Amino acid sequence: MTLVCGGLVVANPFSRNPVTSAMFLVLTIVSLAALFVLLHAFFLAAVQVLIYAGAVMVLFLFVVMLLDVQEEERRRLRRFSLVSGGVLALALAALLASVLGAVPVTDLNGPGLEGTTAPLGRMLFTDYLLPFEILSLVLLVAMVGVVLLSKRDLS
Amino acid sequence: MSVGLPHYLVVSALLFSLGLLGVVARRNVLIIYMSLELMLNAANLALVAFSRYHEQLNGQVMVFFVITVAAAEVAVGLALIVALYRRRHSVQVGDFATLRH
Repeated sequence: MTLVCGGLVVANPFSRNPVTSAMFLVLTIVSLAALFVLLHAFFLAAVQVLIYAGAVMVLFLFVVMLLDVQEEERRRLRRFSLVSGGVLALALAALLASVLGAVPVTDLNGPGLEGTTAPLGRMLFTDYLLPFEILSLVLLVAMVGVVLLSKRDLS
Repeated sequence: MSVGLPHYLVVSALLFSLGLLGVVARRNVLIIYMSLELMLNAANLALVAFSRYHEQLNGQVMVFFVITVAAAEVAVGLALIVALYRRRHSVQVGDFATLRH
């Protein structure tokens, strides 16, 4: 499962067409939702599929179709950026691996707790009520900003 | 063989590194945005794994917030990209070098 997820993501940043890239991102997100199910986070898996694979990816595809994708093919990856990006990503991976060496090998097979809707909602509306309301304000601001940005002339 | 906490963290680290690679190496703004989403999702996976490990739901609530903020961020960012495309007729970051001398 993890290998499938990793392989799909490897294919993601290196395809020419943004549409295939978006499709691979959908696959990655769905496999991540499967990983959430394996971690007993059922509500988050459903939210992941609904929000990301549904709303966000539809938005991405809509913008890709709206813009002109024909001219994407001609430009090639610059070698310098590829090399520098690879070095940077490898450095970050090495750093994270050195940190991960200290993580104890533990099984997650205990009874644990279920991330279903009821306890999550209870926590959301008691302990995290203020961040929840602030988040609704953030969404409102984002909506107003998008409406303002998508007006025809920015003057 | 049972799957433990380090396995999820390794997947999360690899995903984050791939997202970083995509952000640095690619020149298309849309794909850079998708790589950003990849990095956010890697952080989400680590948060859920730790939440399961500590048997608390705080991490999952945090992931919920992250998903919502990411959705808002994608909406605003894509609106910016569309506005930029209207002005410049390009989605390559190399063409947005107006501030360069």
